[in-house]
Amino acid sequence: MRKRSLAMVYELAKRDRRVVFIGSDLAPDTLPELKRHCPERYFMEGIAEANVIGMAAGMALEGMLPYVNTIATFITRRCYEQVAVDLCLHDLPVRLIGNGGGYVYAPLGPTHQAIEDIAIMRALPNMTVTAVCDADEVARLMDASLDWPHPIYIRLAKGGDPIISRAERGFAIGKAIDMIDGERERSDVLLIATGVATTQALRAAERLAEEGLRCRLLHLHTIKPLDRRAVLDAASAADLVVTVEEHSVIGGLGSAVIEALVDDGPGRLPRIKRLGIPDKFANHYGSQSALMAHWGLDAAGIVRAVHDARGGSRR
Amino acid sequence: MKAAMAFTYATDLEGVKAQPLDERSRYLRGLIFRAIEQGGRGHIGPALSIVEIIRVLYDDILRARPTEPKWPGRDRFILSKGHGCLALYAVLADKGYFPARELDRFCHFDGILGGHPEVIVPGVEACTGALGHGLPVAVGMALAARIQGRDSRIVVLMGDGEINEGSVWEAAACADKHGLGHLVAIIDYNRMQSAGSTYEIQNMEPLADKWTSFGFEVSECNGHDVGALRAVLGAAVRQPAKRARLVICHTVKGKGIPSAENNPSWHHKSDLTEEVRRAIRGASG
Repeated sequence: MRKRSLAMVYELAKRDRRVVFIGSDLAPDTLPELKRHCPERYFMEGIAEANVIGMAAGMALEGMLPYVNTIATFITRRCYEQVAVDLCLHDLPVRLIGNGGGYVYAPLGPTHQAIEDIAIMRALPNMTVTAVCDADEVARLMDASLDWPHPIYIRLAKGGDPIISRAERGFAIGKAIDMIDGERERSDVLLIATGVATTQALRAAERLAEEGLRCRLLHLHTIKPLDRRAVLDAASAADLVVTVEEHSVIGGLGSAVIEALVDDGPGRLPRIKRLGIPDKFANHYGSQSALMAHWGLDAAGIVRAVHDARGGSRR
Repeated sequence: MKAAMAFTYATDLEGVKAQPLDERSRYLRGLIFRAIEQGGRGHIGPALSIVEIIRVLYDDILRARPTEPKWPGRDRFILSKGHGCLALYAVLADKGYFPARELDRFCHFDGILGGHPEVIVPGVEACTGALGHGLPVAVGMALAARIQGRDSRIVVLMGDGEINEGSVWEAAACADKHGLGHLVAIIDYNRMQSAGSTYEIQNMEPLADKWTSFGFEVSECNGHDVGALRAVLGAAVRQPAKRARLVICHTVKGKGIPSAENNPSWHHKSDLTEEVRRAIRGASG
Protein backbone atom coordinates (compact mmCIF):
# COMPACT_ATOMS: atom_id res chain seq x y z
CA MET A 1 0.00 0.00 0.00
CA ARG A 2 2.83 2.39 0.88
CA LYS A 3 4.79 1.49 -2.26
CA ARG A 4 1.70 1.90 -4.41
CA SER A 5 0.82 5.25 -2.87
CA LEU A 6 4.34 6.57 -3.43
CA ALA A 7 4.41 5.21 -6.97
CA MET A 8 1.23 7.20 -7.48
CA VAL A 9 2.90 10.36 -6.18
CA TYR A 10 5.41 9.97 -9.00
CA GLU A 11 2.61 9.42 -11.52
CA LEU A 12 0.79 12.50 -10.26
CA ALA A 13 4.00 14.55 -10.31
CA LYS A 14 4.49 13.67 -13.97
CA ARG A 15 0.93 14.68 -14.71
CA ASP A 16 0.80 17.88 -12.65
CA ARG A 17 3.63 20.34 -12.01
CA ARG A 18 2.06 21.47 -8.73
CA VAL A 19 2.84 18.11 -7.09
CA VAL A 20 5.77 17.99 -4.66
CA PHE A 21 6.84 15.20 -2.32
CA ILE A 22 8.08 15.83 1.22
CA GLY A 23 9.31 12.97 3.40
CA SER A 24 10.84 13.17 6.85
CA ASP A 25 13.51 10.49 7.23
CA LEU A 26 12.19 7.58 5.19
CA ALA A 27 13.86 4.55 3.67
CA PRO A 28 16.84 5.35 1.42
CA ASP A 29 15.06 4.02 -1.68
CA THR A 30 11.94 6.16 -1.30
CA LEU A 31 10.62 7.43 -4.62
CA PRO A 32 13.86 7.16 -6.61
CA GLU A 33 12.17 8.02 -9.93
CA LEU A 34 10.86 11.33 -8.65
CA LYS A 35 14.22 12.12 -7.09
CA ARG A 36 15.94 11.41 -10.40
CA HIS A 37 13.51 13.03 -12.80
CA CYS A 38 12.10 15.93 -10.75
CA PRO A 39 14.70 16.64 -8.04
CA GLU A 40 13.35 20.15 -7.54
CA ARG A 41 10.08 18.65 -6.33
CA TYR A 42 11.55 15.96 -4.09
CA PHE A 43 12.28 16.78 -0.46
CA MET A 44 13.57 14.61 2.38
CA GLU A 45 13.70 16.97 5.33
CA GLY A 46 14.71 14.98 8.37
CA ILE A 47 13.08 14.26 11.70
CA ALA A 48 11.35 17.60 12.05
CA GLU A 49 7.64 17.13 11.52
CA ALA A 50 6.58 20.58 12.71
CA ASN A 51 8.82 22.15 10.08
CA VAL A 52 7.75 19.69 7.41
CA ILE A 53 4.07 20.56 7.88
CA GLY A 54 4.72 24.30 8.00
CA MET A 55 6.88 24.02 4.90
CA ALA A 56 4.15 22.09 3.09
CA ALA A 57 1.69 24.82 4.08
CA GLY A 58 3.99 27.52 2.74
CA MET A 59 4.24 25.68 -0.58
CA ALA A 60 0.49 25.11 -0.76
CA LEU A 61 -0.16 28.79 -0.04
CA GLU A 62 1.82 29.39 -3.25
CA GLY A 63 -0.27 26.96 -5.28
CA MET A 64 1.78 23.79 -4.92
CA LEU A 65 0.25 20.40 -4.08
CA PRO A 66 2.43 18.76 -1.41
CA TYR A 67 2.24 15.04 -0.59
CA VAL A 68 3.83 14.57 2.82
CA ASN A 69 4.83 11.13 4.04
CA THR A 70 6.00 9.74 7.34
CA ILE A 71 4.88 7.35 10.06
CA ALA A 72 1.23 7.87 10.99
CA THR A 73 1.81 8.71 14.67
CA PHE A 74 4.38 11.36 13.81
CA ILE A 75 2.35 13.01 11.05
CA THR A 76 -0.66 13.31 13.39
CA ARG A 77 0.33 13.52 17.05
CA ARG A 78 3.74 15.10 16.74
CA CYS A 79 2.70 18.11 14.70
CA TYR A 80 -0.98 18.37 15.54
CA GLU A 81 -0.92 22.14 15.98
CA GLN A 82 0.82 22.62 12.63
CA VAL A 83 -1.78 20.41 10.98
CA ALA A 84 -4.58 22.36 12.66
CA VAL A 85 -3.28 25.89 12.08
CA ASP A 86 -1.03 25.69 9.03
CA LEU A 87 -3.11 23.22 7.00
CA CYS A 88 -6.69 23.19 8.25
CA LEU A 89 -7.16 26.84 9.18
CA HIS A 90 -5.91 27.82 5.71
CA ASP A 91 -7.83 24.87 4.18
CA LEU A 92 -4.83 23.93 2.04
CA PRO A 93 -4.62 20.95 -0.35
CA VAL A 94 -1.82 19.16 1.46
CA ARG A 95 -1.92 15.35 1.59
CA LEU A 96 -0.67 13.60 4.72
CA ILE A 97 0.28 10.01 3.97
CA GLY A 98 0.57 8.18 7.29
CA ASN A 99 2.48 4.90 7.20
CA GLY A 100 1.27 2.21 9.57
CA GLY A 101 -2.23 3.14 10.70
CA GLY A 102 -3.57 1.16 13.65
CA TYR A 103 -1.46 -1.79 14.78
CA VAL A 104 0.82 -2.13 11.74
CA TYR A 105 3.84 -1.42 13.92
CA ALA A 106 2.70 -3.85 16.62
CA PRO A 107 6.22 -5.10 17.40
CA LEU A 108 7.45 -1.53 17.91
CA GLY A 109 4.99 -0.76 20.68
CA PRO A 110 2.57 2.07 21.46
CA THR A 111 4.90 4.91 20.41
CA HIS A 112 4.42 3.75 16.83
CA GLN A 113 0.79 2.64 16.92
CA ALA A 114 -1.68 5.12 15.45
CA ILE A 115 -4.83 4.15 17.30
CA GLU A 116 -6.37 7.60 17.64
CA ASP A 117 -5.29 9.19 14.35
CA ILE A 118 -8.76 9.08 12.80
CA ALA A 119 -10.31 10.70 15.87
CA ILE A 120 -7.87 13.58 16.12
CA MET A 121 -7.75 14.24 12.38
CA ARG A 122 -11.54 14.04 12.16
CA ALA A 123 -11.90 16.70 14.86
CA LEU A 124 -10.17 19.31 12.69
CA PRO A 125 -12.36 21.53 10.48
CA ASN A 126 -11.66 21.19 6.73
CA MET A 127 -9.73 17.92 7.12
CA THR A 128 -10.69 14.92 5.00
CA VAL A 129 -9.94 11.56 6.65
CA THR A 130 -9.42 8.37 4.66
CA ALA A 131 -8.46 4.76 5.37
CA VAL A 132 -8.48 2.59 2.25
CA CYS A 133 -8.64 -1.20 2.35
CA ASP A 134 -5.93 -2.26 -0.12
CA ALA A 135 -3.28 -1.17 -2.60
CA ASP A 136 -5.64 -0.96 -5.56
CA GLU A 137 -7.89 1.35 -3.63
CA VAL A 138 -5.01 3.56 -2.51
CA ALA A 139 -4.20 4.10 -6.19
CA ARG A 140 -7.80 5.22 -6.79
CA LEU A 141 -7.65 7.54 -3.79
CA MET A 142 -4.38 9.08 -4.90
CA ASP A 143 -5.83 9.64 -8.34
CA ALA A 144 -8.87 11.37 -6.85
CA SER A 145 -6.71 13.43 -4.48
CA LEU A 146 -5.29 15.55 -7.30
CA ASP A 147 -8.44 17.65 -7.56
CA TRP A 148 -9.64 17.57 -3.95
CA PRO A 149 -9.36 21.15 -2.63
CA HIS A 150 -8.91 20.35 1.09
CA PRO A 151 -6.25 18.72 3.29
CA ILE A 152 -6.43 14.92 3.32
CA TYR A 153 -5.19 12.44 5.87
CA ILE A 154 -4.39 9.16 4.13
CA ARG A 155 -4.10 6.29 6.61
CA LEU A 156 -2.04 3.47 5.17
CA ALA A 157 -1.96 -0.15 6.28
CA LYS A 158 0.87 -2.63 6.29
CA GLY A 159 1.37 -3.47 2.65
CA GLY A 160 0.73 -6.79 0.98
CA ASP A 161 -2.82 -6.67 2.28
CA PRO A 162 -5.28 -8.86 0.33
CA ILE A 163 -6.92 -7.06 -2.59
CA ILE A 164 -10.65 -6.94 -1.98
CA SER A 165 -11.60 -3.69 -3.72
CA ARG A 166 -12.88 -3.75 -7.29
CA ALA A 167 -12.65 -1.05 -9.90
CA GLU A 168 -16.21 -1.67 -11.08
CA ARG A 169 -17.56 -0.58 -7.70
CA GLY A 170 -16.19 2.89 -8.42
CA PHE A 171 -14.38 5.31 -6.15
CA ALA A 172 -15.08 8.86 -5.06
CA ILE A 173 -13.82 10.61 -1.94
CA GLY A 174 -16.68 10.73 0.56
CA LYS A 175 -18.68 7.95 -1.11
CA ALA A 176 -19.31 4.65 0.66
CA ILE A 177 -18.87 1.38 -1.24
CA ASP A 178 -21.17 -1.63 -0.94
CA MET A 179 -18.84 -4.61 -0.77
CA ILE A 180 -21.40 -7.38 -1.21
CA ASP A 181 -23.55 -7.80 -4.32
CA GLY A 182 -27.18 -8.64 -3.95
CA GLU A 183 -30.49 -7.15 -3.01
CA ARG A 184 -30.52 -4.27 -0.59
CA GLU A 185 -34.06 -4.28 0.73
CA ARG A 186 -33.52 -5.66 4.19
CA SER A 187 -30.50 -7.02 6.06
CA ASP A 188 -30.13 -8.87 9.31
CA VAL A 189 -26.69 -7.41 9.84
CA LEU A 190 -25.17 -4.26 8.43
CA LEU A 191 -21.41 -4.21 8.85
CA ILE A 192 -19.73 -0.83 8.44
CA ALA A 193 -15.94 -0.88 8.30
CA THR A 194 -12.93 1.15 7.26
CA GLY A 195 -9.31 0.46 6.34
CA VAL A 196 -8.15 -3.14 6.38
CA ALA A 197 -10.83 -3.92 8.98
CA THR A 198 -13.09 -4.05 5.92
CA THR A 199 -11.22 -7.20 4.82
CA GLN A 200 -11.99 -8.87 8.13
CA ALA A 201 -15.59 -7.67 7.97
CA LEU A 202 -15.94 -9.12 4.47
CA ARG A 203 -14.72 -12.53 5.66
CA ALA A 204 -17.07 -12.34 8.64
CA ALA A 205 -19.95 -11.47 6.32
CA GLU A 206 -19.20 -14.49 4.17
CA ARG A 207 -19.35 -16.77 7.22
CA LEU A 208 -22.54 -15.16 8.48
CA ALA A 209 -24.08 -15.58 5.03
CA GLU A 210 -23.27 -19.26 5.19
CA GLU A 211 -25.30 -19.33 8.40
CA GLY A 212 -28.19 -17.88 6.49
CA LEU A 213 -27.97 -14.28 7.64
CA ARG A 214 -28.59 -11.51 5.17
CA CYS A 215 -25.46 -9.34 5.48
CA ARG A 216 -24.55 -6.05 3.99
CA LEU A 217 -21.09 -4.47 4.24
CA LEU A 218 -20.50 -0.78 3.73
CA HIS A 219 -16.85 0.16 3.28
CA LEU A 220 -16.18 3.73 4.34
CA HIS A 221 -12.77 4.53 2.89
CA THR A 222 -13.63 8.13 3.74
CA ILE A 223 -14.53 8.67 7.38
CA LYS A 224 -14.80 12.41 6.88
CA PRO A 225 -16.78 13.67 5.09
CA LEU A 226 -18.94 10.71 6.05
CA ASP A 227 -21.35 9.38 3.43
CA ARG A 228 -24.30 10.04 5.75
CA ARG A 229 -26.90 9.21 3.13
CA ALA A 230 -25.46 5.75 2.54
CA VAL A 231 -25.13 5.08 6.28
CA LEU A 232 -28.66 6.26 7.09
CA ASP A 233 -30.26 4.34 4.21
CA ALA A 234 -28.42 1.11 4.98
CA ALA A 235 -28.98 1.40 8.75
CA SER A 236 -32.69 2.03 8.32
CA ALA A 237 -32.98 -1.32 6.52
CA ALA A 238 -30.94 -3.32 9.05
CA ASP A 239 -31.82 -5.12 12.28
CA LEU A 240 -28.30 -4.82 13.63
CA VAL A 241 -25.48 -2.40 12.80
CA VAL A 242 -21.89 -3.38 13.64
CA THR A 243 -19.03 -0.96 13.05
CA VAL A 244 -15.51 -2.35 12.74
CA GLU A 245 -12.30 -0.35 12.88
CA GLU A 246 -8.66 -0.84 13.80
CA HIS A 247 -8.83 2.28 15.93
CA SER A 248 -9.83 3.43 19.38
CA VAL A 249 -13.56 3.20 20.04
CA ILE A 250 -13.33 6.89 20.96
CA GLY A 251 -13.89 9.22 18.07
CA GLY A 252 -13.38 6.98 15.06
CA LEU A 253 -15.68 5.32 12.55
CA GLY A 254 -18.12 3.96 15.13
CA SER A 255 -18.47 7.38 16.70
CA ALA A 256 -18.96 9.00 13.30
CA VAL A 257 -21.68 6.49 12.36
CA ILE A 258 -23.55 6.98 15.62
CA GLU A 259 -23.29 10.75 15.28
CA ALA A 260 -24.84 10.50 11.82
CA LEU A 261 -27.63 8.23 13.03
CA VAL A 262 -28.40 10.41 16.05
CA ASP A 263 -28.11 13.74 14.23
CA ASP A 264 -29.82 12.88 10.96
CA GLY A 265 -31.50 9.52 11.49
CA PRO A 266 -35.22 8.82 11.63
CA GLY A 267 -35.31 8.94 15.44
CA ARG A 268 -35.40 5.26 16.36
CA LEU A 269 -31.93 3.80 16.34
CA PRO A 270 -31.24 0.26 15.21
CA ARG A 271 -29.26 -2.00 17.54
CA ILE A 272 -25.63 -0.89 17.23
CA LYS A 273 -22.42 -2.60 18.27
CA ARG A 274 -19.08 -0.85 17.91
CA LEU A 275 -15.96 -2.96 17.48
CA GLY A 276 -12.64 -1.23 17.92
CA ILE A 277 -9.66 -0.88 20.21
CA PRO A 278 -10.59 -0.25 23.85
CA ASP A 279 -9.36 2.95 25.49
CA LYS A 280 -5.96 1.43 26.19
CA PHE A 281 -2.41 1.44 24.88
CA ALA A 282 -1.36 -2.00 23.71
CA ASN A 283 0.42 -4.14 26.29
CA HIS A 284 1.43 -6.85 23.82
CA TYR A 285 3.80 -6.89 20.86
CA GLY A 286 3.58 -9.67 18.27
CA SER A 287 1.88 -8.77 15.00
CA GLN A 288 -0.88 -6.51 13.69
CA SER A 289 -3.15 -9.51 13.09
CA ALA A 290 -2.49 -10.89 16.58
CA LEU A 291 -3.41 -7.58 18.22
CA MET A 292 -6.50 -7.23 16.05
CA ALA A 293 -7.57 -10.76 17.02
CA HIS A 294 -6.84 -9.93 20.67
CA TRP A 295 -9.51 -7.21 20.58
CA GLY A 296 -11.91 -9.22 18.42
CA LEU A 297 -11.25 -7.26 15.24
CA ASP A 298 -10.61 -10.33 13.08
CA ALA A 299 -13.29 -12.19 11.15
CA ALA A 300 -13.88 -14.66 13.97
CA GLY A 301 -14.24 -11.84 16.50
CA ILE A 302 -16.70 -9.99 14.30
CA VAL A 303 -18.80 -13.16 13.83
CA ARG A 304 -18.73 -13.68 17.59
CA ALA A 305 -19.85 -10.11 18.23
CA VAL A 306 -22.73 -10.47 15.79
CA HIS A 307 -23.86 -13.66 17.50
CA ASP A 308 -23.65 -11.97 20.90
CA ALA A 309 -25.56 -8.95 19.74
CA ARG A 310 -28.28 -11.14 18.25
CA GLY A 311 -28.80 -12.77 21.60
CA GLY A 312 -26.58 -15.79 21.19
CA SER A 313 -29.20 -17.52 19.06
CA ARG A 314 -26.65 -18.87 16.63
CA ARG A 315 -23.88 -19.94 18.92
CA MET B 1 21.04 35.94 34.00
CA LYS B 2 23.87 38.36 34.47
CA ALA B 3 26.03 36.35 32.11
CA ALA B 4 23.30 36.50 29.49
CA MET B 5 22.88 40.23 29.90
CA ALA B 6 26.58 40.72 29.42
CA PHE B 7 26.40 39.84 25.72
CA THR B 8 27.27 42.98 23.91
CA TYR B 9 26.05 44.27 20.59
CA ALA B 10 27.35 46.88 18.22
CA THR B 11 24.01 48.67 18.52
CA ASP B 12 23.82 51.34 21.20
CA LEU B 13 21.10 49.92 23.45
CA GLU B 14 20.74 53.15 25.39
CA GLY B 15 20.15 54.81 22.04
CA VAL B 16 17.37 52.32 21.34
CA LYS B 17 15.63 53.29 24.58
CA ALA B 18 16.07 56.99 23.90
CA GLN B 19 15.17 56.80 20.20
CA PRO B 20 12.71 59.63 19.41
CA LEU B 21 9.73 58.77 17.23
CA ASP B 22 9.00 60.87 14.16
CA GLU B 23 5.60 62.05 13.03
CA ARG B 24 4.81 59.00 10.91
CA SER B 25 5.68 56.61 13.71
CA ARG B 26 3.43 58.57 16.07
CA TYR B 27 0.67 58.59 13.47
CA LEU B 28 0.84 54.79 13.05
CA ARG B 29 0.75 54.36 16.82
CA GLY B 30 -2.33 56.55 16.81
CA LEU B 31 -4.00 54.00 14.48
CA ILE B 32 -3.03 51.23 16.91
CA PHE B 33 -4.45 53.15 19.86
CA ARG B 34 -7.65 53.74 17.93
CA ALA B 35 -8.08 49.98 17.40
CA ILE B 36 -7.28 49.23 21.03
CA GLU B 37 -9.82 51.76 22.30
CA GLN B 38 -12.51 50.52 19.92
CA GLY B 39 -11.74 46.86 20.54
CA GLY B 40 -11.36 47.31 24.27
CA ARG B 41 -8.28 45.11 24.31
CA GLY B 42 -5.07 44.18 22.58
CA HIS B 43 -1.48 43.03 22.78
CA ILE B 44 -0.14 46.53 23.24
CA GLY B 45 3.51 46.06 24.20
CA PRO B 46 4.28 43.49 21.47
CA ALA B 47 2.75 45.73 18.77
CA LEU B 48 4.56 48.88 19.82
CA SER B 49 8.00 47.30 19.54
CA ILE B 50 7.58 46.42 15.85
CA VAL B 51 5.92 49.51 14.37
CA GLU B 52 9.09 50.87 12.79
CA ILE B 53 10.16 47.47 11.46
CA ILE B 54 6.86 46.91 9.64
CA ARG B 55 6.61 50.52 8.56
CA VAL B 56 10.03 50.48 6.92
CA LEU B 57 9.36 47.14 5.24
CA TYR B 58 6.16 48.37 3.62
CA ASP B 59 7.28 51.96 3.00
CA ASP B 60 10.71 51.28 1.60
CA ILE B 61 11.62 47.66 1.00
CA LEU B 62 8.93 45.14 0.07
CA ARG B 63 7.62 44.92 -3.47
CA ALA B 64 3.86 45.05 -2.99
CA ARG B 65 0.68 46.32 -4.58
CA PRO B 66 -1.91 47.27 -1.94
CA THR B 67 -4.69 47.33 -4.51
CA GLU B 68 -3.64 43.90 -5.77
CA PRO B 69 -2.69 42.03 -2.57
CA LYS B 70 -2.30 38.68 -4.36
CA TRP B 71 -0.02 40.00 -7.12
CA PRO B 72 2.23 36.95 -7.75
CA GLY B 73 5.43 38.99 -8.06
CA ARG B 74 5.11 40.51 -4.60
CA ASP B 75 7.48 39.89 -1.72
CA ARG B 76 5.92 37.96 1.15
CA PHE B 77 5.83 39.18 4.72
CA ILE B 78 4.74 36.89 7.54
CA LEU B 79 4.16 38.29 11.01
CA SER B 80 5.07 35.13 12.88
CA LYS B 81 4.55 36.82 16.24
CA GLY B 82 0.90 37.16 15.34
CA HIS B 83 0.00 38.79 18.64
CA GLY B 84 1.77 41.91 17.39
CA CYS B 85 -0.90 42.22 14.69
CA LEU B 86 -2.04 45.72 15.63
CA ALA B 87 1.17 47.12 14.15
CA LEU B 88 0.57 45.18 10.92
CA TYR B 89 -3.08 46.26 10.77
CA ALA B 90 -2.08 49.90 11.23
CA VAL B 91 0.42 49.76 8.38
CA LEU B 92 -1.84 47.76 6.05
CA ALA B 93 -4.73 50.16 6.69
CA ASP B 94 -2.49 53.14 6.09
CA LYS B 95 -1.25 51.58 2.85
CA GLY B 96 -4.80 51.06 1.63
CA TYR B 97 -5.08 47.28 1.82
CA PHE B 98 -8.38 47.86 3.60
CA PRO B 99 -10.25 50.95 4.84
CA ALA B 100 -8.94 52.41 8.10
CA ARG B 101 -12.45 52.21 9.54
CA GLU B 102 -11.88 48.46 9.91
CA LEU B 103 -9.61 49.37 12.84
CA ASP B 104 -12.72 50.51 14.71
CA ARG B 105 -14.04 46.94 14.56
CA PHE B 106 -10.92 45.32 16.01
CA CYS B 107 -11.99 42.08 17.72
CA HIS B 108 -15.66 42.88 17.06
CA PHE B 109 -18.04 40.03 16.23
CA ASP B 110 -18.33 40.97 12.55
CA GLY B 111 -14.87 42.51 12.12
CA ILE B 112 -12.11 41.04 9.97
CA LEU B 113 -9.33 42.17 12.31
CA GLY B 114 -8.95 39.68 15.13
CA GLY B 115 -6.48 39.42 17.96
CA HIS B 116 -4.25 37.37 15.66
CA PRO B 117 -3.99 37.92 11.91
CA GLU B 118 -5.79 35.71 9.42
CA VAL B 119 -5.65 35.51 5.66
CA ILE B 120 -9.14 36.97 5.31
CA VAL B 121 -7.42 40.31 5.92
CA PRO B 122 -6.13 41.74 2.63
CA GLY B 123 -2.33 41.75 2.77
CA VAL B 124 -2.00 39.05 5.44
CA GLU B 125 -0.05 36.14 3.96
CA ALA B 126 -0.57 33.51 6.66
CA CYS B 127 -2.67 32.91 9.74
CA THR B 128 -0.39 33.23 12.74
CA GLY B 129 -0.80 33.46 16.48
CA ALA B 130 0.37 30.06 17.60
CA LEU B 131 4.08 30.77 17.89
CA GLY B 132 6.86 29.04 15.99
CA HIS B 133 4.83 28.60 12.80
CA GLY B 134 5.98 31.50 10.65
CA LEU B 135 9.52 30.43 9.83
CA PRO B 136 8.55 26.92 8.61
CA VAL B 137 5.81 28.44 6.43
CA ALA B 138 8.29 31.02 5.14
CA VAL B 139 10.73 28.24 4.26
CA GLY B 140 7.96 26.57 2.24
CA MET B 141 7.17 29.85 0.48
CA ALA B 142 10.83 30.40 -0.31
CA LEU B 143 11.13 26.90 -1.79
CA ALA B 144 7.94 27.44 -3.79
CA ALA B 145 9.34 30.68 -5.20
CA ARG B 146 12.44 28.80 -6.28
CA ILE B 147 10.45 25.96 -7.89
CA GLN B 148 8.15 28.43 -9.64
CA GLY B 149 11.04 30.61 -10.82
CA ARG B 150 9.80 33.73 -9.04
CA ASP B 151 12.08 36.40 -7.66
CA SER B 152 10.03 36.99 -4.49
CA ARG B 153 11.75 37.67 -1.19
CA ILE B 154 10.26 36.11 1.91
CA VAL B 155 10.45 38.08 5.15
CA VAL B 156 9.33 36.72 8.50
CA LEU B 157 9.21 38.61 11.79
CA MET B 158 9.50 36.61 15.01
CA GLY B 159 9.41 37.50 18.67
CA ASP B 160 12.33 36.90 20.99
CA GLY B 161 10.12 34.73 23.21
CA GLU B 162 8.78 32.91 20.18
CA ILE B 163 12.18 31.52 19.32
CA ASN B 164 11.94 29.32 22.42
CA GLU B 165 9.86 27.05 20.16
CA GLY B 166 11.71 24.06 18.71
CA SER B 167 9.94 24.38 15.36
CA VAL B 168 11.86 27.63 14.77
CA TRP B 169 15.13 25.74 14.95
CA GLU B 170 13.88 22.89 12.78
CA ALA B 171 13.06 25.49 10.15
CA ALA B 172 16.36 27.32 10.64
CA ALA B 173 18.29 24.11 9.91
CA CYS B 174 16.11 23.54 6.86
CA ALA B 175 16.65 27.09 5.53
CA ASP B 176 20.38 26.56 5.81
CA LYS B 177 20.24 23.19 4.05
CA HIS B 178 18.44 24.73 1.08
CA GLY B 179 20.57 27.90 0.95
CA LEU B 180 17.56 30.20 1.01
CA GLY B 181 19.26 33.48 0.18
CA HIS B 182 15.88 35.07 -0.53
CA LEU B 183 14.63 34.42 3.01
CA VAL B 184 15.06 37.04 5.73
CA ALA B 185 14.14 36.37 9.35
CA ILE B 186 13.84 39.27 11.75
CA ILE B 187 13.82 39.03 15.52
CA ASP B 188 12.06 41.68 17.55
CA TYR B 189 14.56 41.66 20.38
CA ASN B 190 12.82 43.61 23.12
CA ARG B 191 14.13 41.23 25.78
CA MET B 192 10.74 40.79 27.33
CA GLN B 193 8.33 37.90 26.98
CA SER B 194 4.90 37.53 28.54
CA ALA B 195 6.09 36.27 31.90
CA GLY B 196 9.02 38.66 32.20
CA SER B 197 12.58 39.12 31.04
CA THR B 198 13.76 36.74 28.31
CA TYR B 199 16.96 36.37 30.31
CA GLU B 200 15.00 34.92 33.23
CA ILE B 201 12.30 32.94 31.44
CA GLN B 202 14.37 31.29 28.73
CA ASN B 203 17.63 32.93 27.86
CA MET B 204 18.50 32.55 24.15
CA GLU B 205 21.90 34.24 24.30
CA PRO B 206 24.29 34.06 22.63
CA LEU B 207 21.61 34.87 20.10
CA ALA B 208 23.71 35.96 17.14
CA ASP B 209 26.05 33.00 17.60
CA LYS B 210 23.13 30.58 17.65
CA TRP B 211 21.83 31.83 14.30
CA THR B 212 25.30 32.05 12.82
CA SER B 213 25.90 28.43 13.80
CA PHE B 214 22.63 27.53 12.06
CA GLY B 215 24.04 28.99 8.86
CA PHE B 216 22.42 32.41 8.85
CA GLU B 217 24.15 35.64 7.94
CA VAL B 218 23.39 37.80 10.96
CA SER B 219 23.11 41.58 11.18
CA GLU B 220 21.59 43.89 13.76
CA CYS B 221 20.22 47.38 14.20
CA ASN B 222 18.20 49.76 16.34
CA GLY B 223 14.65 48.57 15.61
CA HIS B 224 13.15 52.02 16.20
CA ASP B 225 15.65 53.97 14.08
CA VAL B 226 13.99 54.32 10.69
CA GLY B 227 17.22 55.21 8.93
CA ALA B 228 19.10 52.24 10.36
CA LEU B 229 16.23 49.92 9.51
CA ARG B 230 16.15 51.13 5.92
CA ALA B 231 19.85 50.43 5.56
CA VAL B 232 20.07 47.09 7.37
CA LEU B 233 16.74 45.55 6.36
CA GLY B 234 17.11 46.94 2.86
CA ALA B 235 20.47 45.22 2.46
CA ALA B 236 19.22 41.96 3.96
CA VAL B 237 16.12 41.81 1.79
CA ARG B 238 17.37 43.21 -1.51
CA GLN B 239 20.99 42.19 -1.82
CA PRO B 240 21.46 38.73 -3.35
CA ALA B 241 22.93 36.09 -1.07
CA LYS B 242 23.59 32.39 -0.91
CA ARG B 243 22.48 32.02 2.69
CA ALA B 244 19.40 32.99 4.64
CA ARG B 245 19.68 36.22 6.63
CA LEU B 246 18.74 37.07 10.19
CA VAL B 247 18.36 40.61 11.45
CA ILE B 248 18.28 41.21 15.17
CA CYS B 249 16.27 44.37 15.77
CA HIS B 250 16.91 45.81 19.21
CA THR B 251 13.62 47.24 20.39
CA VAL B 252 11.66 48.36 23.42
CA LYS B 253 8.48 46.56 24.32
CA GLY B 254 5.69 49.12 24.62
CA LYS B 255 7.73 51.79 22.81
CA GLY B 256 5.85 55.09 22.71
CA ILE B 257 3.85 54.80 25.95
CA PRO B 258 6.26 55.69 28.75
CA SER B 259 4.50 53.64 31.44
CA ALA B 260 4.26 50.62 29.12
CA GLU B 261 7.91 50.53 28.09
CA ASN B 262 9.64 47.40 29.34
CA ASN B 263 6.62 46.71 31.50
CA PRO B 264 5.39 43.10 31.20
CA SER B 265 1.96 44.04 32.55
CA TRP B 266 1.41 45.83 29.22
CA HIS B 267 1.94 42.64 27.19
CA HIS B 268 -1.80 42.24 26.82
CA LYS B 269 -4.67 44.30 28.15
CA SER B 270 -8.19 42.94 28.12
CA ASP B 271 -9.52 45.53 30.51
CA LEU B 272 -8.84 49.11 29.54
CA THR B 273 -8.90 50.81 32.92
CA GLU B 274 -9.02 54.57 33.13
CA GLU B 275 -5.31 54.52 33.96
CA VAL B 276 -4.52 52.55 30.81
CA ARG B 277 -6.69 54.82 28.69
CA ARG B 278 -5.00 57.87 30.18
CA ALA B 279 -1.57 56.45 29.36
CA ILE B 280 -2.63 55.73 25.79
CA ARG B 281 -4.18 59.14 25.32
CA GLY B 282 -1.12 60.76 26.82
CA ALA B 283 1.04 59.00 24.24
CA SER B 284 -1.36 59.95 21.43
CA GLY B 285 -1.22 63.59 22.40
